[in-house]
Amino acid sequence: MGKVMVITSGKGGVGKTTTTANLGTGLAALGQKVCLVDTDIGLRNLDVVLGLENRIVYDLLDVLEGRCELRKALIRDKQYGERLVLIPAAQTREKDEVDPDQMLELVEQLKEEYDFVILDSPAGIEHGFKNAISGADMAILITTPEVSAVRDADRVVGLLESAGLHDPQVIINRLRPDMVRKGDMMDISDVDDILRIPILGVVPDDEHIIVSTNRGEPVVNDKKSKAGQAYRNIARRLLGEEIPFMDLQERNLMGWFRKVLS
Amino acid sequence: MFEFIGKLFGGGSEGSKKQAKERLRLVLVHDRASLSPGLVEDLKEELIQVISKYMEIDEDGLEVNFDESDDSVALIANIPVKTVKRNVN
Repeated sequence: MGKVMVITSGKGGVGKTTTTANLGTGLAALGQKVCLVDTDIGLRNLDVVLGLENRIVYDLLDVLEGRCELRKALIRDKQYGERLVLIPAAQTREKDEVDPDQMLELVEQLKEEYDFVILDSPAGIEHGFKNAISGADMAILITTPEVSAVRDADRVVGLLESAGLHDPQVIINRLRPDMVRKGDMMDISDVDDILRIPILGVVPDDEHIIVSTNRGEPVVNDKKSKAGQAYRNIARRLLGEEIPFMDLQERNLMGWFRKVLS
Repeated sequence: MFEFIGKLFGGGSEGSKKQAKERLRLVLVHDRASLSPGLVEDLKEELIQVISKYMEIDEDGLEVNFDESDDSVALIANIPVKTVKRNVN
């Protein structure tokens, strides 16, 4: 029986979809069978981040409403094939058309087959969010080290709690070590102080993310990217390995000069 | 110039992070209280119990609110007193 994780954040634009794509790919690379579900009805995006947008025939609503067999709606990944599949969100319909019971039933079915079912939640705390969390056994919150994102994450912790998801973990995304060093950005310990939930990982802000999204190839495959390394580490932590957080500070002479001259 | 020397030795001026953290802390006091409306109700109940040991109060007139100023959040309780007991057992 697999695990069902929901990736959520409250605030939009903090990296839920990118995280979903990269953790899914990272887990598949470690030999896990993974199914990704895009629950952001009307604002489908996980397909493009994975570079699978040309393969879509059926979507989540088609499956939920019985218009196609589950098997037919699963889009196989370019690299990992059967081991990493996507159920894309419907793009043409209204957000509140998903029935929570049907969603729950689908997730139960997927759990039988896959080691990890990862649900990419929509932003917000409305209907779509509630649907996305209804079938999950665990929640991963995404935040950036900014006031608005952390505030929304805190609110979501409360909502997850009342929905029975008691032990969420947080990924701090788009950390900028240079700004942390100058005292202009909250660090890991600051976010920890405020949210008081376990930190699953820290992903540095990284231009490689934009390039990889342009190409439709998750950055987790890019050995040169620091964000890719961070996602690889998180994937291993999800499998129970103990991996220390990456040291994001520059230790070289350039870093020292930049610090002095900033 | 001194700032430059300070940075050279690893010090540095105070960044905006402190403000971010402080503002977050305050805003979350409010958010968390309003997310669980039960919290204020429970607090009222217990306040009534404790204060009633010492004085008779107008329970219906009791108000409990969070009051926000620039850099702090205060819990303000307005409790109309009817009579104060002469001795407490």
